[in-house]
Amino acid sequence: MQEIRNYTMNFGPQHPAAHGVLRLVLELDGETIVRADPHVGLLHRGTEKLAESKPYNQSIGYMDRLDYVSMMCNEHAYVRAIEQLLGIEAPERAQYIRTMFDEITRILNHLMWLGSNALDLGAMTLFLYAFREREELMDCYEAASGARLHATYYRPGGVYRDLPERMPQYKEHPWRKGAELKRMNAWREGSMLDFLDAFTADFPSKIDEYETLLTDNRIWKQRTVGIGVVSPEMALAWGMSGPMLRGSGIAWDLRKKQPYARYAEVDFDIPLGSNGDCYDRYLVRVEEMRQSNRIIRQCVQWLRANPGPVMVRNFKVAPPSREEMKDDMEALIHHFKLFTEGYVVPEGETYAAVEAPKGEFGAYIISDGANKPFRVKLRAPGFSHLSAIDEIVRGHMLPDVVAVIGTLDIVFGEIDR
Amino acid sequence: MSEPQASLPERLAARFGERVRASTALGQVTLEVPAEQLAEVARALRDERDFRFEQMVDLCGVDYLGYGEVEWDTSDVSSQGFSRGVEGQGPGRFRRGEKAGGGGPRRFAVVVHLLSQAHNRRLRLRAFAPDDLLPTVPSLVGVWPAATWFEREAFDLYGIVFEGHPDLRRLLTDYGFVGHPFRKDFPLIGNVEVRYDAEKGRVVYEPVSIEPRVLVPRVVRHDSRYEQGRAESQAQG
Repeated sequence: MQEIRNYTMNFGPQHPAAHGVLRLVLELDGETIVRADPHVGLLHRGTEKLAESKPYNQSIGYMDRLDYVSMMCNEHAYVRAIEQLLGIEAPERAQYIRTMFDEITRILNHLMWLGSNALDLGAMTLFLYAFREREELMDCYEAASGARLHATYYRPGGVYRDLPERMPQYKEHPWRKGAELKRMNAWREGSMLDFLDAFTADFPSKIDEYETLLTDNRIWKQRTVGIGVVSPEMALAWGMSGPMLRGSGIAWDLRKKQPYARYAEVDFDIPLGSNGDCYDRYLVRVEEMRQSNRIIRQCVQWLRANPGPVMVRNFKVAPPSREEMKDDMEALIHHFKLFTEGYVVPEGETYAAVEAPKGEFGAYIISDGANKPFRVKLRAPGFSHLSAIDEIVRGHMLPDVVAVIGTLDIVFGEIDR
Repeated sequence: MSEPQASLPERLAARFGERVRASTALGQVTLEVPAEQLAEVARALRDERDFRFEQMVDLCGVDYLGYGEVEWDTSDVSSQGFSRGVEGQGPGRFRRGEKAGGGGPRRFAVVVHLLSQAHNRRLRLRAFAPDDLLPTVPSLVGVWPAATWFEREAFDLYGIVFEGHPDLRRLLTDYGFVGHPFRKDFPLIGNVEVRYDAEKGRVVYEPVSIEPRVLVPRVVRHDSRYEQGRAESQAQG
């Protein structure tokens, strides 16, 4: 009898479906996966070690670069941990802004996931649709923080600045003028909140468009139903969180169970799957976008009615205004000390977690009482999810690996850190 | 949700007795466990009805070398004022063996964060490795499979050996990497740099050619102003 040996194949790190820099060593028996061994770390930058050598505030920008499609949620975990150690709390308006931007981030993340996952499985149109709406929301990022992706908008004690009074408009251009320009600027006549109001009124119809393309699509179902099934026991044992957990029918969401920011005050539902396969997780994420849309609308309403400060008036952690600095010596000293030395955080340790779009994102900070953290550990949801991939794909066919990598919603910025 | 009568630290103390030390800070419970009993305690925490920590959220290594040390001494005032330069061997600017302990008696610890969805609680476990030269703690892979990668990461970054781990390979660093980069005696700028050598026609590794430097010195202040600031911001709400 002829000897047949298993076949080892390299998947990535340059494969378009590897979502970044995943190198997956697959052992195949014919087309069936016998073992999957992910090699990660190609994007390791030592974020946690870098944070140990910098004053606390200088590391906020690194958080954006962890999970680079859900930027502000990462910042949120980090600044919450610092706030807990300092014993300060952001003003209510800042908390509503954070809640709103966390949900904008969730939509951004899920749109990216939806578009790229559909593209991996052969549905090209959706990618273009998803990026159309992402563009609008990234304009909100830019209007508030000045950056489309790496916002560095949250600060311990609040947010960097209040929401802009005017939404930036498109300018005339050879490719967009006249009626077309007017249509593009129709939502952008007023403030950013007006823009978000118009956007969220329209967005559910956009989600319907995505669903028309996928939910009952025969090919989509053939590629996702019954693929990558995660049982509830397995999801718990492997430390899964977010849609990976809820897709398996476990009702666990930090926004409900351990509310932070202003999630206790807004009304929303937690969608659950029942089979724990790729299709259920798709449905969960699509419904989460609808729920995020609801939360954004409630935040917009509150923020319109309640102006107020967005930063604590504690000059040890927040800089004084330029005006104050010009006629108050104390303010000038505070400003100088804050931007040269930073602030000292009392000795202690804390773990603060937020429900990031991908799952539980946590920041564990040990402070020894200095102006720099002694140890920062960032708990990335994708790290746990990817570590379980061997268990999930074993016995599946090779093309299903692509579907599973997609459904894990992994981003290497946060896995490799 | 069934809420037992006694608080979590009390129940932990009642169940595990003298072996462990439970403390609460900032509303978070920490349990110090002797390293050799870590796996046993973890299994009890997962399975027993009072605790039911069915999820291991996070596991990480910590290197306590140089804990609480500063690079800029602000208490020592000379006739010229405070010293301005960053001197001495701050974190990342000394080599292994050049400096003894600091902080606590033991250097390496493993910190585990647990989550009980049944009771909606979190718990932090800390186990110090008994030996600084070869830090060893038992593996938790048998209790929570999620520990597999977290332990590989802690091994890679801190050189902590997890006894009983089925596949303790490096995870994040490069193939063939030497050292454990997150140890406090590993310099921030690393030990080697790479460049393409046109003559040899390949990438070569060389010792780093730059000097480590500090932009903002590490400083600890026990200052009443910070206490006052906290009180003010709490009063504001």
